Amino acid sequence: MIRQELLLDFTSRFHADILDLEDKSNTRVYVNITPESIVRIGNYLFRNVGARFNIATATDMPPKIEILYHFIVEDINLLISLRVFLDREKPEIESLAKEIEAFNWIEREMSELLGITFIGHPDPRRLLLSDNWPEGVCPLRQDYEEWDITADRTRGV
Amino acid sequence: MGKTIIPIGPYHPLQEEPEFFTLTVEGETVVDIDVRIGYNHRGIEKLSEMKTFENSTFVVERICGICSTSHPFAYTRAVEDIFPMEVSMRSKYIRTIIAEGERLHSHLLWLGLAGHFLGYNTVYMWAWKLREEILDVMEILSGNRNNYAMFKPGGVRRDIRSEDIPICISKIDSIVPTLVMLKKAVLDDPVLHARLKGVGIMSYQDAIDFSALGPTSRASGVARDVRKDSPYGAYQEMEWDMIVTKNGDVFDKAVVRILEMFETIKILKYCLNNLPDGEIDAKIKDVPPGEGIGHIEAPRGETFHYVKSDGTNRPMRHKVRAPTFMNFPTYKATVKGQTISDATIILAAIDPCYCCTERIAVKDDKGRMLYNGQDLIRLSREKTEKIRQRMGGK
Repeated sequence: MIRQELLLDFTSRFHADILDLEDKSNTRVYVNITPESIVRIGNYLFRNVGARFNIATATDMPPKIEILYHFIVEDINLLISLRVFLDREKPEIESLAKEIEAFNWIEREMSELLGITFIGHPDPRRLLLSDNWPEGVCPLRQDYEEWDITADRTRGV
Repeated sequence: MGKTIIPIGPYHPLQEEPEFFTLTVEGETVVDIDVRIGYNHRGIEKLSEMKTFENSTFVVERICGICSTSHPFAYTRAVEDIFPMEVSMRSKYIRTIIAEGERLHSHLLWLGLAGHFLGYNTVYMWAWKLREEILDVMEILSGNRNNYAMFKPGGVRRDIRSEDIPICISKIDSIVPTLVMLKKAVLDDPVLHARLKGVGIMSYQDAIDFSALGPTSRASGVARDVRKDSPYGAYQEMEWDMIVTKNGDVFDKAVVRILEMFETIKILKYCLNNLPDGEIDAKIKDVPPGEGIGHIEAPRGETFHYVKSDGTNRPMRHKVRAPTFMNFPTYKATVKGQTISDATIILAAIDPCYCCTERIAVKDDKGRMLYNGQDLIRLSREKTEKIRQRMGGK
């Protein structure tokens, strides 16, 4: 499938869910979609198009939290990034990990670093932060402040 | 039969990624596995937000000592993708040379350690001796045996002098006969066939589902290599083959890495012989607002960097994804149903850090120590020895 056909097919199939499509360069496409459609579109790209899931990246951008899901269609060298915006006060989105194993770890990581709830995640434990890290303190939020007053942060330079 | 929990890990600060495995075993057989990472979480993504675009290159270089070039390579490509811009041909070649030199020494390191775990210490000694030659080449080219500090957004920081090229090529050539011998020693050894074939199989479908990367996926028949799929650097300038095998077991993972070293030598020599003239630095002044993605093929698979800029001189968000992040979870598919003596080499076959395998401890359900890491390596070696004796040879 060539690039143009794939994008045409993609946009016609999900025209109700696509808010905006930015054709940045030959190899990069950013698609802004509604959060409700992520499982359908993610599954379609992974299972039907045969794209590989690179990773997801979440960014805190008050008043929203942005998640980008990067998929690469290797045959035609096209990186499709699905962009969703979540409410920063109560960030919730359907989990893709229950259907595709590759999403398991990154959803756990985003959930602890940015406080996003992935609904229906099969294994919502911590991945990176230590067990004594307080609940609800998210290190990659813009308003993060040092919570451990006993920690020694001098670097001995 | 009662179940026994085996904790593996978690910590060895010299290794790139400490982690903690919990193996549940019934007798000799592993029935379940769980992984916990984060013991060396250094907050580099957060740290990078406080550095300038130029300085972040050196921060990401220190994520990993073995593949210290893959992260700056992916990062600089991500920054260049914000514009988007292309760097000069000469800097593309120099980048490729550094990246391939790193792949060569990384694969040799893996081969040596795999031999060590299996009781083939001769392989270990030979592979690491060859690795020294490559590290010498890297020192001639960059001034450093590791952490080369060659990359910057817009090009490379140091040029390669033309008088250094012949000595590098002769050093690379000098390892080829020994490498051929090593390849024969490993691939034609009936004991290794008996020991590694059919062990820790990852199926094609598992490789797809886990989005496995690099040699780990290529051993399972998934023809996936960023150097071919999304050409970058100088990789489309010359002929080279992607090594893909079908069986997905530990043996095939070794085959992929060993054969890949010969392709890497091909690429390295082509780049050194055909280094074009030109500028090496595009001298980027300001990074415009926007976002960029850089992904390259590291020795272990695809390294992925995402950088968001808001027009200042610092990244607003910098996401790093190392290949092991995707390759780790495949343990769930490969270790279950195997024996404890095979767990060591299956865990090592994905080329993660070896700290875990050296720090395995087996406890019974009352917490008494049964085996430690040394014992498990001993178990693994004894199994090789048994096979060797059964096959009637020394």
